[in-house]
Amino acid sequence: MANIISDETIEYVGILAKLELSGQEKEQAKKDMGRMLDYIDKLGELDTTGVEPMSHVFPVQNVFREDVVTNGDTREQLLSNAPEEKDGMFMVPRTF
Amino acid sequence: MSKQYETVIGLEVHVELATKTKIFCGCSTAFGAGPNTQTCPVCTGMPGSLPVLNKQVLEYAIAVGLATNCDITRYAKFDRKNYFYPDNPQNYQISQLYLPICRNGGVEIETEEGGVKTVGIHEIHMEEDAGKLIHDEWEDCSLVDYNRSGVPLIEIVSEPDMRSAEEVIAYLEKLRLIIQYLGASDCKLQEGSMRADVNLSVREAGASEFGVRTEMKNLNSFKAISRAIAGEMERQIDLIESGEQVVQETRRWDDARGESYAMRSKEDAQDYRYFPDPDLVPVRVSDEMLAEIRARQPEFRNDKMKRYKEEFAIPDYDIEIITQSKHMADLFEEAVALGAEPKKVSNWLMGETLRLMKEKEVEAEDLRFSPEHLVKLIGLTDAKAINSSVAKEVFEVMFEENVDPEQYVEEKGLKTVNDEGALRKAVEEVIAQNPQSVADYRGGKEKAIGFLVGQTMKVMKGKADPGAVNRMLKELL
Amino acid sequence: MGITDMTAVELAAAIREGKNTAVEATNAILARIEEKDKELNCYVTVDKEGALRQAEQVQEKIEKGELTGPLAGVPLAVKDNLCTQGLLTTCASRILNNFVPTYTAEAVLNLQKAGAVILGKTNMDEFAMGSTTETSAYGVTRNPHNTDHVPGGSSGGSAAAVVAEECFYALGSDTGGSIRQPASYCGVVGMKPTYGTVSRYGLIAYGSSLDQIGPLTKDVRDCAAVLEAIASHDAKDSTSLVREDTDFTSALVEDVKGMRIGIPRDYLGEGLDEEVKAAVLQASRVLEEKGAVVEQFDLSLVEYAIPAYYTIAAAEASSNLERFDGIKYGYRTKEYEGLHNMYKKSRSEGFGEEVKRRIMLGSFVLSSGYYDAYYLKALRVKALIKKAFDEAFARYDMILGPVAPTTAPRLGESLADPIKMYLGDIYTIAVNLAGLPGISVPCGTDSKGLPIGMQLIGDCFQEKKLLRAAYTYERAGKAGNNHE
Ligand SMILES: [Mg+2]
Ligand SMILES: [Zn+2]
Repeated sequence: MANIISDETIEYVGILAKLELSGQEKEQAKKDMGRMLDYIDKLGELDTTGVEPMSHVFPVQNVFREDVVTNGDTREQLLSNAPEEKDGMFMVPRTF
Repeated sequence: MSKQYETVIGLEVHVELATKTKIFCGCSTAFGAGPNTQTCPVCTGMPGSLPVLNKQVLEYAIAVGLATNCDITRYAKFDRKNYFYPDNPQNYQISQLYLPICRNGGVEIETEEGGVKTVGIHEIHMEEDAGKLIHDEWEDCSLVDYNRSGVPLIEIVSEPDMRSAEEVIAYLEKLRLIIQYLGASDCKLQEGSMRADVNLSVREAGASEFGVRTEMKNLNSFKAISRAIAGEMERQIDLIESGEQVVQETRRWDDARGESYAMRSKEDAQDYRYFPDPDLVPVRVSDEMLAEIRARQPEFRNDKMKRYKEEFAIPDYDIEIITQSKHMADLFEEAVALGAEPKKVSNWLMGETLRLMKEKEVEAEDLRFSPEHLVKLIGLTDAKAINSSVAKEVFEVMFEENVDPEQYVEEKGLKTVNDEGALRKAVEEVIAQNPQSVADYRGGKEKAIGFLVGQTMKVMKGKADPGAVNRMLKELL
Repeated sequence: MGITDMTAVELAAAIREGKNTAVEATNAILARIEEKDKELNCYVTVDKEGALRQAEQVQEKIEKGELTGPLAGVPLAVKDNLCTQGLLTTCASRILNNFVPTYTAEAVLNLQKAGAVILGKTNMDEFAMGSTTETSAYGVTRNPHNTDHVPGGSSGGSAAAVVAEECFYALGSDTGGSIRQPASYCGVVGMKPTYGTVSRYGLIAYGSSLDQIGPLTKDVRDCAAVLEAIASHDAKDSTSLVREDTDFTSALVEDVKGMRIGIPRDYLGEGLDEEVKAAVLQASRVLEEKGAVVEQFDLSLVEYAIPAYYTIAAAEASSNLERFDGIKYGYRTKEYEGLHNMYKKSRSEGFGEEVKRRIMLGSFVLSSGYYDAYYLKALRVKALIKKAFDEAFARYDMILGPVAPTTAPRLGESLADPIKMYLGDIYTIAVNLAGLPGISVPCGTDSKGLPIGMQLIGDCFQEKKLLRAAYTYERAGKAGNNHE
């Protein structure tokens, strides 16, 4: 296995992705990610110099909306799925 | 301080655009609505919702780019900036990193020494604003309101070309003026429609390398910016002088305490994993689109000043002040177009308007009286229907509430009394009651008549033409 | 013939002619679900009352002549990653265990306008990440042909429901083969349209640049009818295309004379089950007999599709799934200390293993220092793959091959080795990278009685060619039955 994923990397990716893995999960994740990256490294066999990265398959461009208001007050609907709400707002742990 | 230091400052200025709707959905951007009443699945990050770009946002961004001498990117894209925070409902912000809409611009500012200096603009990109977090003391939690989420912003990133707080302010004033002239934003720092983050580093004077910089956030007035710059400069120099290192970090300025503190925590990796947003398609700016926007560009301040000098017989100083605000210039031009004499309009703006702005802490962009009403007021004084002190009184009400001066004067009965008989009666009364002053005047003390005019005006409850009173007094004495 | 074994188009005709009613059909299907679904678990949610209410309303409109389309009155099942207003939508994830959307996906709205009756939401791999429908938080779905086997995935619930007659047709989504592969495993028709043909609005995204919604049906005619109903340009989806050729039912013509069909040699090589290979080649001979010109050719870059795909899909997924944070909707952990702990616990408890695996990988390939080497590289390879297809379609009207290397594996067999599972997507994935249409058509069974599917891949916008060939093949099979 060429790609060795360190504890620090798993820790770091966990911070980025907001995932907290148990000790066992972490070991598994290190293995899985290493193997996947080995597999992805296969792409390195291809010479892609001068090839533009392709995000969109079709050259669709300039899709715009006009600046016209379309919303109504749908707060009740919005909050209908909220785990916790108060005063018409979403409640979250204190941020400051 | 043993050594000489130079401060190097670059700004990231966020400007909220004056569109009716958000950048990627049709929700209203109007201020002051109840929390979460201006939202939809798109701007609240509901699963399965998709963004569609508001064309007006692109046009404003290009217009600002043209006005700040930027190259317009003909093939631009949107990228996702990934970070978790509750005000960011998708936990990514749609912004532009790889192909921002404008690049390589700059604006000229006047330096303290009276010279001219160009502050480079690295890029201008379009992005969405975040929602609002409100702290709830009672529950010890925060509450999220997504009304602002998705409000369109442009972020103007300068080059590190500024060297003092004065230059920073001059640059911001310049940007504000350009953007206000374009009508792309009202650029109010206090209300957050213009926000500046300051990137600052210090280095020994003459050094060619930049020092380590910090980014300062939460600056919502020019004063706060000046204080924060002074504070951060001092903090960094102190660190260097005491042999410590400046840490590259984001700091939050607390203007009340006059201190900043580091915002970063272990959980903010500051690795935004930008990548092109697959839900949005690229923007291709055609020659036609560019030509159309260029054709719609307004007359900017320098051209306006030049034209005023040619067209209107008003002092250069007046021109300077009037054109400092797009709104005031519009007021001036509209009033003149309605037939008022330029000098008289200018006098109102330079005199009472500036006085009241200062007294009531009102910005030029927030002036409420209409050009029509100003013209009417000038008409009333010209026709001697009211005297100048009544006019000032009426103007103050106009300034506050934009009342129609004709209607107001009528309702309050402020019209100058031109009734010869009433005036004669008042003058006779004053002469009878002030024998001393009368004697003084008759004895050659010309000044004594002033007192008598004042007394007559009092009897007339201010509604007399002081000239007419003067004449009548002289005649009867 | 009972009512539940009719095709969707047949049922709609019977309802139009007054032989059956939408309510009858709905009741019959609900009874069937009652009977079968305990074992098969095709559905996460069955909306009995809602379905009957819709059926009554639709029936009334049909009688008044307000609804006359080829699908009016027909009950269907919707994959649980398509938002349905007022109806639980879970993506088969614990993290959405209580999410009731306030809006309906555009594709579903289009069907409702055509008089559809929504029975409920079908099981799937969690967030469409998987090839077996085993990663669902709501239990596995079993293959109706043999309940010890998986139905495929991720649209496994949809495919199984169609073949088990627990619906007349179903909607699925296909990011790397998620419609075509379960269609193949279950012996139904499944189609992934050209990217942008069906609006993605309301489809809970996995890999935004790859996802497309498509039909799973009992036959090709139904497939064309459903695709015609769901295809539309949608101003709410910036990647939605304006197409004027969406009258797909017009392509139901038995004629492949002169059609040039290429079979990539790499699609018949190592790893392909012999029985699958034999069935697919036999199917190609049927088309040849009908006048198509079939030949083998070298489609390049086949082995690079999977690593490119998993890089792009994981990267997009890691970002798309950030919104599941326990704040606005969905699962929130019970106990936490502060914001970041709340995020981490909610997400770690809410997402399953495979989803976490892909989020981790996606976050990594986008992270600072790796973006160019992994993500941009994958996008470059994607461009090369697209070019390889362009070259193929300059020579051929379509590409023919297997859908998957094997028939449906046994339950529990695949998850142990993720990479091996990913390899199973080898024939389907490139289609998504290149935005192409692809259809899976049943072409026989193996010795265990498990269905085998043939895949037809067309150039962009060539769905009609695919439908014509698939229809011709299907009719030939029904007439001669020489391919079983
Ligand atoms: Mg920004
Ligand atoms: Zn909105």
